[in-house]
Amino acid sequence: MSILELNDVHAYYGKIHALKGVSLTVEKGEIVSLIGGNGAGKTTTLRTICALMRPTVGSVTFNGENLERYKPSALTAKGIAMVPEGRGVFARMTVLENLEMGAFHRKDKEIGDDIDRIYELFPRLKERRTQLAGTMSGGEQQMLAMGRAMMSRPSLLLLDEPSMGLAPVLVEAIFSTIVDINKQGTTVLLVEQNALMALNIADRGYVLQTGAIALSDSAKALQQNEMVQKVYLGIE
Amino acid sequence: MTRKEWSHLIRIGLLMGLAVLVVSVIGMVEKFNERALIVGYLTLGQLLLYIPALYAGYTSVPAGEHRAMPQRLLGGVVVGLLAVMPVILLILVASSWPGIRSYFVNISPNMVKILTAGKGVGPGIGLLAGEMAALGLIGAAIHLIPDRIRKPIVTAIIFTVGFALFSDVSLNIANQLFARKTVRVLFGTKGITPLATVIVFVISLVAASLWTWKGREAYARRQANMSSEQAKRSQRIATTVLMIVLLTLPWVLGVFLTDVLDRVGIFILMALGLNIVVGFAGLLDLGYVAFYAIGAYVTAIMTSTGNLGMGLSFWLAVPVAVVAATMAGIILGIPVLRMRGDYLAIVTLGFGEIIRVLVRSDLLKPVIGGAQGILNIGRPTIPGLTFTTPQHFYYLILLACLLAWFISGRLRDGRIGRRWMAVREDEDVAEAVGINLVITKLLAFAMGAAFAGLAGSLFAARVGTIFPNSFELLISINVLCIVIIGGIGSLPGVVVGAFVLVGLPELLREFDEYRMLMYGALLIIMMLVRPEGLWPSPITRREMHAAEENAAAVEAEHSSDIRAAVEG
Ligand SMILES: Nc1ncnc2c1ncn2[C@@H]1O[C@H](COP(=O)(O)OP(=O)(O)OP(=O)(O)O)[C@@H](O)[C@H]1O
Ligand SMILES: [Mg+2]
Repeated sequence: MSILELNDVHAYYGKIHALKGVSLTVEKGEIVSLIGGNGAGKTTTLRTICALMRPTVGSVTFNGENLERYKPSALTAKGIAMVPEGRGVFARMTVLENLEMGAFHRKDKEIGDDIDRIYELFPRLKERRTQLAGTMSGGEQQMLAMGRAMMSRPSLLLLDEPSMGLAPVLVEAIFSTIVDINKQGTTVLLVEQNALMALNIADRGYVLQTGAIALSDSAKALQQNEMVQKVYLGIE
Repeated sequence: MTRKEWSHLIRIGLLMGLAVLVVSVIGMVEKFNERALIVGYLTLGQLLLYIPALYAGYTSVPAGEHRAMPQRLLGGVVVGLLAVMPVILLILVASSWPGIRSYFVNISPNMVKILTAGKGVGPGIGLLAGEMAALGLIGAAIHLIPDRIRKPIVTAIIFTVGFALFSDVSLNIANQLFARKTVRVLFGTKGITPLATVIVFVISLVAASLWTWKGREAYARRQANMSSEQAKRSQRIATTVLMIVLLTLPWVLGVFLTDVLDRVGIFILMALGLNIVVGFAGLLDLGYVAFYAIGAYVTAIMTSTGNLGMGLSFWLAVPVAVVAATMAGIILGIPVLRMRGDYLAIVTLGFGEIIRVLVRSDLLKPVIGGAQGILNIGRPTIPGLTFTTPQHFYYLILLACLLAWFISGRLRDGRIGRRWMAVREDEDVAEAVGINLVITKLLAFAMGAAFAGLAGSLFAARVGTIFPNSFELLISINVLCIVIIGGIGSLPGVVVGAFVLVGLPELLREFDEYRMLMYGALLIIMMLVRPEGLWPSPITRREMHAAEENAAAVEAEHSSDIRAAVEG
C-alpha cells in the first residue's frame, strides 16, 4: 500500500480549474519530487493533500485511508507535516519555542530528545535557539520551518519549494539535510522549481503542467528526458 | 551655533507654540483656569500654558550634546519665546477683532484676560513672553544641574504637581482621618494650599534624594543577594500586604473614591476579558459591549422587582447572565471565524450595534423596556447584609476581578494559551502544527464574553437601573483603549490601563469635556513613545528588545564599516 495516493484529483479556486485530474503515488521511504513551472498547480496539489482545499472530484488517501473527513489540523497527529511555501514559522517566538510548537499535539516525554536531534540536523538552529524567528535570515527560517515540521514526527513530510530565495550553498545544505531526514525514515514529497537539485536527490519524479501530470518516471529517467532537459533543466 | 541646531530650536519652539495655541483656541486654558492647583498661586490653566515652554527649553539641548553654558541658556530663551509667539498673535487678533468669536467660540475676552493676567494687552503680552522665556531658560538650565541633584528635584516637582492635581484623593482620605479644621489648612475646595505645597515638596524631595543616593543601590544589592527562598518569602509578604491594602481600601478612601474604584473595577473585568480575545488570541473585536449589555440585561430582567422583572435572586442571575453572554460569544464567533483583521473588526462592530438597536427598539419594549430601560434591579443579599453602598459592591467587584485575573493567568500559561498565541502569530502555521482554529478562536470569544457578561451583571446590580444608552459603542472603544494603552496581552497592563483611562477622568472632572481629545492625544503619544503599552507583557517587551538589539547591531556594524573605510 502506498503511503500517499492521489486519484484523479480536480480542484477549483472559484471558477479557475487549478487541478485537472492529478494522480500520483508516493511509496513508503521514498523521496518523490513534483516539478513544474509557475502556476502549474504544485502548491495547490499540496494544499489538497493537507485538506486546506477539498478536491471537487477524486480522492486523497493516506495509508489507504481517505482524508476527506479530516480537518487540516488533525493531519499532524496522523503523521503528515507540511512546510508551506515562503516558510512557515512563528515570527515572534524564539527558535526553541517554534520547535516546541511543532510538537504541540504530542504528549510523550521525548520532545527534548527530538529537539536535540533537530539541532544535530541544523547546527545553526542550536546557535540561535533564543533568537526570535522573525529576525533570522531567510535560509535560517527555512531550516527552522523544516525543523518545526519534523518535531511532529511525521511519516510523510511535504515541502513546498524549500530552495526559494536561497543562495546556492544553502540550497545544497538544505537538500542534503532532506536526504538525511529521508534516511532516518521519513517519506518526502518535494515540490520544486529547481528541477536539477530536486531530481538529483529524488527516487522518482512527476512533472506538472497547467494542472495535470505531464510526465512521471524515475528521477534518473526524467533527468535524461528531452522535454525536461529543455524546459526545466535549461539544457539545449 | 550651527544651522542644524538652529533649525532644531525653531522646530521645537514652534511646535510647542502650536500646542499652546491649540489648547487656548479650544478653550482648555480658560476652562482649566477655574481649577486651582496651588490656591492663589497656580491654576491648571496656567500649568497648561507653562508646560510646553518648559518642555521646549528642556529639549532645546539635544540629548548627549555638550555645548557651552551660555549657548544652551540662550537656546532655552529662544524656544521659550518661540513657544509664546503664536499665542501672542492670538491675543493681538482677539483684542482687535472681536468678530473672531463667531468663528472660534472659545476665543473670548475672558480667555484674553487669562492669557494677559488681566494686565491689559501690552503689559500682559510682555509679562507672558517674559514668563515663557524664563521657563524655557529654566528648562534648558535643568540640564546643567548634576544628575544626582537634578533627579530628586525633578521627581519632587512632578510629584508635587501630581499631588495638587489629584488633591481630591488625598482630600477624601484626609476628611476620613482628620478634623475639618486641620483639613482646611492643607486643602482648598480644589487644589492644595501653599503650605501643603511646601510640605509635600520637601517630603518628596527628601524621599527622592534618599532613594537616588542610597536606596536604589541598596535595593538592587538586596535583590541580587536574595536566595530564592527569601525571594519567595518577600513575594508572599508583598502579596499579603497588597491583599490587606485592597481589603481596607474602601474604608480609607470614603464613598466617593470607592465608587470610582468600583467603576474602574468593572472596566478591569471587561478589559481582562477583551485582553483574552485581542491580546492573547489576536482577534480584533469592536462589538465587545454587546456581551456586557447581555450580562446586564439578563441580570436586570431576572432580579428586577418592577413590572418587567421576575424578582429572582442576584446569585441566581449571575450564572445565567454569564452563560447567556458566553453563548452570545459563541454565536458571534461562528460566522466570523473565517474573517481576519479588518473584516473581523467590522463584523463585530456591527454585532455590537445590532444588540444596542435591539435593546432600544419598540419591538422588544414589552420585554426589556426600550429606551426607558429597566428599573428597580434587585440588590445582591447575603444573610445579614444587602449590598447597597459602593463599599459593599467594592468587595464583590474585587472578588470578580481577582477571579478573572487568576483565570486569565492560568489560561495564558496553559496549553490553550499556547494555542491562542500560535493563532495570533500565524493562523496558517498554527494549523500546520495541528491546532484547530475553530475551537481555539471560539474559546477566546467565549471566555472574553463570559468576563464581559459578569461585568455587565455587576454593573446592573450596582446602579440599580439600566438604559440602552449605557451600552454604547464608546464602551467597546474604551475597553479596547485600556488593553492597548495598558499593554496588549498583559494582565497588570490592563489594570494600569483601566486606572489611567477610567480612574483619572473620574478624578479630573475638569477634563470631561475634553475626554475624547485626551484619549486621542494619549493614543497617538503612546504609539509614538511607548508602543508596547504602559506595562507590556514579557513577550511584547522581548520583541521590542530584539528590535533594539538589531538596530544596535546594525549601527555597530555600520560604524565599524565606516571606521574601516576611514582607516583603510
Ligand atoms: N487563492 C487563489 N485564488 C485564485 N486562483 C488561485 C489561487 N491560488 C492559486 N491560484 C491559481 O491556481 C493556479 C495554480 O497555482 P499554484 O499556487 O498551485 O501554482 P504553483 O505551481 O505552486 O506555482 P509557483 O511555482 O509559482 O508557486 C495558478 O493559475 C494560480 O493563479
Ligand atoms: Mg507554489
